[in-house]
Amino acid sequence: METAPQNSSAAAPGLSGNGEDYKYGFTTNVEMETLSKGISEDVIRAISAKKNEPPFLLEFRLKAYKKWLTMKEPNWAHVQYPAIDYQDIVYFAKPKQKPTLTGLDEVDPEILKTFEKLGIPLDEQKRLSNVAVDAVFDSVSVATTHKKKLMEHGVIFCSISEAIHEYPELIETYLGSVVPVGDNFYAALNSAVFTDGSFVYIPPNTKCPMELSTYFRINTEESGQFERTLIVCAEGSYVSYLEGCTAPKFDTNQLHAAVVELVTLDDAEIKYSTVQNWYAGDPKTGKGGIYNFVTKRGKCLGKDSKISWTQVETGSAITWKYPSCILVGEGSVGEFYSVALTNGHMQADTGTKMIHLGKNTRSSIISKGIAGDQSSNAYRGLVRIAKNATGARNFSQCDSMLVGNRSSAHTFPYIETGNSASQVEHEASTSKISEDQLFYFQSRGIPREEAISMIVNGFCKDVFNQLPMEFAVEAQKLLALKLENSVG
Amino acid sequence: MTPMLEVKSLIAHVGEGESITPILKGINLSVKAGEVHAIMGPNGSGKSTLSKVIAGHPDYSVTQGEILFNGENILSLEADERARKGVFMGFQYPVEIPGVNNAEFLRMAYNQRRKAEGKEEADPLDFEEILDAKMKELDMDAKFKERAINEGYSGGEKKRNEILQMAILDPALAILDETDSGLDVDALKIVAGGINRLRGPAKAIVLITHYQRLLDYVKPDIVHVLSGGRIVKTGGKELALEVETQGYDWLVK
Repeated sequence: METAPQNSSAAAPGLSGNGEDYKYGFTTNVEMETLSKGISEDVIRAISAKKNEPPFLLEFRLKAYKKWLTMKEPNWAHVQYPAIDYQDIVYFAKPKQKPTLTGLDEVDPEILKTFEKLGIPLDEQKRLSNVAVDAVFDSVSVATTHKKKLMEHGVIFCSISEAIHEYPELIETYLGSVVPVGDNFYAALNSAVFTDGSFVYIPPNTKCPMELSTYFRINTEESGQFERTLIVCAEGSYVSYLEGCTAPKFDTNQLHAAVVELVTLDDAEIKYSTVQNWYAGDPKTGKGGIYNFVTKRGKCLGKDSKISWTQVETGSAITWKYPSCILVGEGSVGEFYSVALTNGHMQADTGTKMIHLGKNTRSSIISKGIAGDQSSNAYRGLVRIAKNATGARNFSQCDSMLVGNRSSAHTFPYIETGNSASQVEHEASTSKISEDQLFYFQSRGIPREEAISMIVNGFCKDVFNQLPMEFAVEAQKLLALKLENSVG
Repeated sequence: MTPMLEVKSLIAHVGEGESITPILKGINLSVKAGEVHAIMGPNGSGKSTLSKVIAGHPDYSVTQGEILFNGENILSLEADERARKGVFMGFQYPVEIPGVNNAEFLRMAYNQRRKAEGKEEADPLDFEEILDAKMKELDMDAKFKERAINEGYSGGEKKRNEILQMAILDPALAILDETDSGLDVDALKIVAGGINRLRGPAKAIVLITHYQRLLDYVKPDIVHVLSGGRIVKTGGKELALEVETQGYDWLVK
């Protein structure tokens, strides 16, 4: 065990000349406390001890670790990458600071600056007044804003580490209740070593007074990020939650294996939106970038409850991600709206699972995949109607758009129906931006690149419409930026 | 006076390598400001190709000749650069662009032009006023602002949308490729009204048409007959009437 200050190789922050540059590719020089590389029972005990966790959580971690040791990395996804050496990853990296923070003024100013540079000022005065933020830097949550105001409504929004101490009964009830520790290889790994993340609890009959959001930042080169998010929405409540992510540019790959669990009780609704822009690797060589292996799942436990996932995936070298809904409560509703853009050498295998268990449950899936350059973009989705799910209905629409001639798009829909009194519809299409469409825009004075961006944004409109306003604007800009250099 | 548009000995091909096919085989055309020209001709004579080559479609390669716009050779310019200089093309078959809002598209095009002229860009509210006025002139329903570009429009609606774009962009040179095809008489009058409103001493219009019908409403100064990639006859308005009664055969020989 060692605790060593880390010197991150500080590249010039922000943008450099080249238009293809990833503007969030800078690193922050801040003293870090890390555990040595590798995973073992000792490392897990050390993480748990460092975080001063109650015994139930250490047990949770060890159980997950034992399970993980027996599991194999999944290889069914339509992605290729060299084997990951799990002993070569730092599982705990934390900015050195006072053990407990009472206010933002105690957060390392370098970190505050980092978030400001990312467009996420944590100073409450500067924040949009209707969005509360939990900022996660490498392994730990460094700041959560607007806590007081939320508390007045009984809304709990804090880092999961804090929740483990302050609300152990909620954590013990719900942690792992949607994604069991042994659910899959990456979820098991996360359950064993997760270091921080966000926790949200909305009490009964409460509409959360503002948007909640978490901003994830990977900073350390050799660290993995294993965050854990848990959102519980009690009877008759509503919350909209946003998630954003960036990372510096490194030539090596970083592993991001998060787990997100959502639970809705009767008549509750969670709207979960993600704009993912992890570093995708060098667009020419494919070197570096984030492996985004994430398990996101929601359980509509209560009747007439609803979980809605909206994701805009524009980054990561590899994305392996299937935000899903388990529809237990009668009449509950699951939704999945996705835009996945790949370019350079990116590979994405993403989609959803809609598991209909309760009667009259409904789900809809709208997926838009855009593949440019030499990238590969796959939609993979499962709709399962269980035996008792009489009256269940699903509608899926999966559209792919190819930009250029070297990219590929794939659709893998799986449908399993165990109840004949149910209805499943699936529509799919693949299109290419045609020369005639581009010429039409150009003949009106609109340059080619802007034309492509408009056409792609039009293609994604149904999904962008689902995003909260500020996010929708950001997402459109991000897409335009990403497309700038990916067209031949 | 320098003509606004001068096409000199233009030879253009489509395709590449083995499958290269010549379409335009030496076109000469000179259009002055204030003039309206009509280009008529049988199917496959190269009418649409000529309009696309002037507008800068990348599918065609020009192997010889020049296209001068206000004295400047525009052959090396991209289509969008030509458009910003004031060249407009109305399409015979406008493409559908799903999901892209028509009004937003028009505003973007309008602002590109404004930017190129060093003028201030119009914000959505200002632009809406301009758009509403133009749409009223063309008797277009407000729903066209909300709809996606050309998606699900009838043939006539598409053509009216082309003329709307022309009215918004107010180009110096408008080349309209079979804008009259697929229109009933009422729609034809409205479209012709839009074209006539553009007409003026600083504007030039080239109407590409199969029939002389449109020319009853938009009177051309000069009529050309295009056949086999060449202009075979040039005359006044009466030439269009001759073509109407006698067909093309007597000219093509």
